[in-house]
Amino acid sequence: MDGMSESEYNHFPMHHEADSHDEDRAEDLTLREHPLDLAAVRAKLQSKSGKQYWRTLEELADDPHFEQLLHREFPRQASEWDESVDRRDFLKLMAASLAFAGLSGCQANVQTNIVPYVKQPDGMILGKPLFFATVMPFGADAVGVLVESHEGRPTKIEGNPDHPSNLGATDAFVQASVLNLYDPDRAQTVTNLGEIRTWSAFLDGAQASAAEIKGANGAGFRILTGTIASPTIADQIQALLKLYPQAKWHQWEPAVSDGAREGGKLAFGRYVNTVYRVEKANVILSLDADFLASGPGHLRYMKEFYRRRKLDQYAEIDRLGPEMNRLYVVEPTPSVTGSSADHRLPLRASEIEQFARALAAKLGLGGDGTLSPAAGKWLDSVAKDLQKYHGSSLVVAGEQQSAAVHALAHAINAALGNVGATLYYTEPVEVNPVNHLESLRELCADMDAGKVNTLVILGGNPVYDTPHDFDFTSKLRKVRTSVQLSPYFDETSEHCQWHVAESHYLETWGDARAFDGTVSVVQPLIAPLYHTHSAREVLAAFSDKPGVTNYDSVRDRLKTANPSGDFEKFWRKTLNDGVVADTAYAPLGGISSKFNPAGLPAAKPAAAEELEFIFRPDPCVYDGRFANNGWLQELPKPVTKLTWDNAALVSPATAEKLGLTHSVAARGGEHGQIISNVIDIALSNSKVSAAAWILPGQADGVVVLPLGYGRKKAGYTGTNKGFNAYAVRASSALWVAAGGKISKTGADYPLACTQYHFNMEGRKILSTGTLEEYNKNPAFAHEGDEQPAKSDSLYKEFAYPGYAWGMAIDLNSCNGCNACVVACVSENNIPVVGKDQVMRGREMHWIRIDRYYKAETPTNDPSTNEHDALANPETFFQPVPCQQCENAPCEQVCPVGATVHSAEGLNDMVYNRCVGTRYCSNNCPYKVRRFNFLRFQDWETPQLKLLRNPEVTVRSRGVMEKCTYCVQRINNARIEAEKQNRPIRDGEIVTACEAACPAEAIVFGNANDPNSRVAKLKAQQRNYSILGELNARPRTTYLAAVRNPNPEMEKA
Amino acid sequence: MSAGEPPINSPEIRRLAPVIEPGHTYGTVTDKISAIVLTRPASFGWFAGFTVTFAMVMVLTVSLAWLIIKGVGIWGINAPIGWGFAIVNFVWWIGIGHAGTLISAILFLLNQKWRTSINRFAEAMTLFAVACAGIFPLIHTGRPWMAFYMFPYPSTMGIWPQFRSPLIWDVFAVSTYGTVSLLFWFVGLIPDLATLRDRTVSKPKQIIYGMLAMGWRGSARHWQRYQSAYLLLAGLATPLVLSVHSVISFDFSIAIVPGWHTTIFPPYFVAGAIYSGFAMVLTIAIPLRKAYDLEDFITMRHLENMAMVMLATGLIVAYGYFFEFFMSSYSGNKFDVFLVQQRLHGPYNHYYFALILCNILTPQLLWFQKMRTNVPVLFVMSIIINIGMWLERFVIVVISLTRDFMPSAWGRYSATAWDYMTFAGTIGLFVMLLFLFVRVLPAISIAEMRELVAETSEEHK
Repeated sequence: MDGMSESEYNHFPMHHEADSHDEDRAEDLTLREHPLDLAAVRAKLQSKSGKQYWRTLEELADDPHFEQLLHREFPRQASEWDESVDRRDFLKLMAASLAFAGLSGCQANVQTNIVPYVKQPDGMILGKPLFFATVMPFGADAVGVLVESHEGRPTKIEGNPDHPSNLGATDAFVQASVLNLYDPDRAQTVTNLGEIRTWSAFLDGAQASAAEIKGANGAGFRILTGTIASPTIADQIQALLKLYPQAKWHQWEPAVSDGAREGGKLAFGRYVNTVYRVEKANVILSLDADFLASGPGHLRYMKEFYRRRKLDQYAEIDRLGPEMNRLYVVEPTPSVTGSSADHRLPLRASEIEQFARALAAKLGLGGDGTLSPAAGKWLDSVAKDLQKYHGSSLVVAGEQQSAAVHALAHAINAALGNVGATLYYTEPVEVNPVNHLESLRELCADMDAGKVNTLVILGGNPVYDTPHDFDFTSKLRKVRTSVQLSPYFDETSEHCQWHVAESHYLETWGDARAFDGTVSVVQPLIAPLYHTHSAREVLAAFSDKPGVTNYDSVRDRLKTANPSGDFEKFWRKTLNDGVVADTAYAPLGGISSKFNPAGLPAAKPAAAEELEFIFRPDPCVYDGRFANNGWLQELPKPVTKLTWDNAALVSPATAEKLGLTHSVAARGGEHGQIISNVIDIALSNSKVSAAAWILPGQADGVVVLPLGYGRKKAGYTGTNKGFNAYAVRASSALWVAAGGKISKTGADYPLACTQYHFNMEGRKILSTGTLEEYNKNPAFAHEGDEQPAKSDSLYKEFAYPGYAWGMAIDLNSCNGCNACVVACVSENNIPVVGKDQVMRGREMHWIRIDRYYKAETPTNDPSTNEHDALANPETFFQPVPCQQCENAPCEQVCPVGATVHSAEGLNDMVYNRCVGTRYCSNNCPYKVRRFNFLRFQDWETPQLKLLRNPEVTVRSRGVMEKCTYCVQRINNARIEAEKQNRPIRDGEIVTACEAACPAEAIVFGNANDPNSRVAKLKAQQRNYSILGELNARPRTTYLAAVRNPNPEMEKA
Repeated sequence: MSAGEPPINSPEIRRLAPVIEPGHTYGTVTDKISAIVLTRPASFGWFAGFTVTFAMVMVLTVSLAWLIIKGVGIWGINAPIGWGFAIVNFVWWIGIGHAGTLISAILFLLNQKWRTSINRFAEAMTLFAVACAGIFPLIHTGRPWMAFYMFPYPSTMGIWPQFRSPLIWDVFAVSTYGTVSLLFWFVGLIPDLATLRDRTVSKPKQIIYGMLAMGWRGSARHWQRYQSAYLLLAGLATPLVLSVHSVISFDFSIAIVPGWHTTIFPPYFVAGAIYSGFAMVLTIAIPLRKAYDLEDFITMRHLENMAMVMLATGLIVAYGYFFEFFMSSYSGNKFDVFLVQQRLHGPYNHYYFALILCNILTPQLLWFQKMRTNVPVLFVMSIIINIGMWLERFVIVVISLTRDFMPSAWGRYSATAWDYMTFAGTIGLFVMLLFLFVRVLPAISIAEMRELVAETSEEHK
């Protein structure tokens, strides 16, 4: 970290040498070859006086070989290599060796001493974490976070409640980003053609190029970046472009469409940024927009959206609007947003525009769209509802939708009087909005024409993620000097001359704009673990000021922007708050849609028989940048529940037409392994083989190809997982492609699916109703209850005189976004087990999100003729952590008392008492216990040791584990409260899942305190227990999901 | 032996084959039985069998070593199915271990003369089966080296086992049963060990058998003490026969898993245990009498009686199956109803049908005397019943776990090579121990056979 001395952060000296193992073994052998000289020992003993201690006789004999052995640090470590190591262990060892190699190789074996703090830094208490505010830049957004730091190691990420883009919430990517920091596969040094180089060598090279570029007036110098929302980087690039007038800046962001940008241009004649005020909207129509789960501001939107769906009134979370909002979703494939819809209409991607046109026409804007009669009827009701809420409705167009759809949405919102009410427009957040596809096309053409001499690629992996018809790889070969900055040595790095390892956002100073324009400072938490650098440094290397540090550039920019007042004070406040106050863009005034839908070119109606392929960023690895993140790879995707792979998603009816099926494997079964058919996809003059997955609720005739998989050089975790959808993605059909063919290869492929059974089998697990039902009978969730009497137990009831910890989960607010799952993994040191173990049903997540479909005719097999039931089922999600039963079945059967009841009602796990009979897991009706069947934890990789939360035991093999309600957080709060001689306050303990949840669906607290939030929720009539008839009396209870369907459509 | 037994020549018994073929004297009985241990050379068949089973024990060793190195994850168990082959095999072996003590103790107390020639090896079989069974609860734990936590030892932390857990009851039930069975077997062996000591000509054997015979001289006082000790142990062992499998059934019936949580389990498990135990005795007796020409001692009468016990216990087991089914359906409990439907229509229904075929339908042949006295049929049937009883435990233990309360957590189980190797290894261990047993100890009680000779010859005077 700039400005900090290195020794302060160097608590973990690692001065191993990579090849020491073999030497150690040689050492061992030499020792054995030299027999002990007993005579020498006796002589030594006689020559000594007083008490003598010795470790072995060899030591006493002063054997020089023994001395030498003692000086080797871990002589026995060499035995690792004697054992047969399986592939996984081998790779772990290799990763560790590589890490050592990197550390020792670059730091020239400088042995640094560790010393305790002589003067303890202010505010730092060893063993107590500190929290620092920073932001995680992501596309055209920045998520405000508070990072937990244990003695200088960032371990856990929480949301920053003061940051406008997320208001304290986080998503799975943000939670998992801390693992990227410690990823042992990260690139660690500068390389030139794969050879390790020093940074100064790179600087020299860059300056030499710069001189040449300067001479050519910038001709041939190109910069390729993703979306840039950092003002300093933008300033730097602009300065470079000024310095080299003929240089050019290109942008390519593979998973964000140009539709939104170009739609703004169509509607307003200029690029704009649209900010929604979801909390003000009573009726929302999503045109294939997954605005609750992805895109700039989605965390805030999610928070606001679900605040309008709380059916209760209690202090902290108040329903903001006068009534529950209503969501209509039109989409080709089920999304997180779609699963929360009150009405959902599956339409093919190409029909979305028709739908938008028809809606515009209905609202009197002109133009026309062709729709099926059923969809037309649906649209009539929606249009009526939108008009009814003139000025408090909202139409959101999807990130992947075309410019026309975005322009139509702008026009419709204007017609509905929503502009200024439920949405407003600002200056674009990204610094230099351009059409990315055209920008990339231009770059490729220029490279091909030999016009590019020096290409600087800042973060991004164009060899992997650019349209295949651009053939970026071969064009890149024509560039004389290519430089790539990226966190991994990836597919592109292989083809670049220079590769600079990129610093993680937790390692470097920086800045970024959030979705509404608010500027935040990226504050590093740790000095770079390796010899990594930021985009600012690489850009500076090519400028006339190569020495500028990140810290200075960020500070200087802020100083320039805030010339008045006490800058130091301002700077400290900014860092403390994690946000630069009052920097959000003001709404653009006087902007009105000039778009005339009638002017749209007549769209060709999509042929019903033709298959339509759509590309989507993956919910877990996004565009591929998170491919090497084990937490995200093992995270079940929200709707499909697949892990470790992507699959071509098809609807049940399409699958039937194509003859595609699933079968449940004997090993792992529904909770692990599903065998799917492999298909060949021939599309856009290219082809790829993929596993097919049948997805209920998908539009017929649509095949979804999730991006981000099939990486060839992602690292140990991410390489060769899934199939590469980019391989069939052409520039002419970036998001929707027609004219492709699917053929069954006859081969099968096992997919790791954590939940295949989606039918509740008539059990009371997830209770749902409509607002109407709820208003009629708020206790509808209890109809037909068979709750036994509390006294129906052989054992005496526990008294809970003090605290009674409990949790209430509002199913009305859960959309399965997975933030809680990754937060739990991060907080509780939960291991990643790998695809093979997931397929055996052994994933370790302490909180899982169950997904159930509610269909007219219940069925569980999407590959049979009963698919009609699954054409458009309602989707519900249910997070299931340990239920912490008061009458816990697990506690009664543990033979050794390793799971015991605490005085506050927790089912405590005593890991070091557990012998691993797994009886508790068998007897757990909720199946929330997780067993370490093998040694799942990685004990070798030194980086991962830094990642762990020191407050939570790292479990070994043979031990049962489960959710503890974050007992470490409970105890921290208890200690604080006892120090101040007061009871723990409500809200003082926030579990990891609760903290992460953007929808505020999870509430934890003391159920004994009638004024606590959780007690108030539990007092609600829609509060119920899963399988209450078992009389386990769970402390985790659920609030029934209530949908708000349009009564008019219900009747129809 | 004691008074009050039905006269051996009563008409009911006379109709049956004799318990010992006529013409035997004290001397011929002793010669014939002790010869197997002392004079007859080990046959090629013995060596072949021993080699094969020894190799299987090596497979067991390798499997256990790998298990300790890697963890129970090498098996097929997973998140909903926490118990797999290990517990199935445990229950199966313990069940098999029932016949020996039942024959020795209960039939002894009931004065069933025909038990005499089969009790010794049946008891040995019991011990070996309990030894095989005992391996599993230990190794199925995630951390077997910590399994001593399950014993109530004086821990400095003041921690006790959790006595509400049926697994703790298991620890006591199985260890008590093993100890009493061993004692009972050993006490019964003492006079025979003395016989071997007296008849062997090899010095080392004299010393070993002499030590094991504990100074037995055959005096009247010895006999008197021996008989009361044997009777007492028989009395002690009798309730254990019933209790051990009842307690093991509690592992399941105490739990709330549908398919486990049922009150019929204790008697149903005990009957099943006796059923499989007798099947195993037959599986062993039939080759044994053939190999060592013991048809005189293990007569058709024995085989037929055991067949009848199998038929009776088989019917109890069938009753158990029926009532499990009936009660689940009749209860109206949706989880139980679902469970029985799963048995019939679920992904594992073929196991259930195979189980019905093996355990209920096949033994119905035993109603016919022709079948009961047909040795090959009995042998095949005994093996079918052993397979059936294994399937029964698989259906109960594993299949109940695959689909319990939360449909989202449903899964499936498939055993790995290590599961099969461990199971095969214990079978190898069991048979290898039997091979050793017949070569070093009298497989039939010499002393009791001599008594039988005395009693039967009196009748024939």
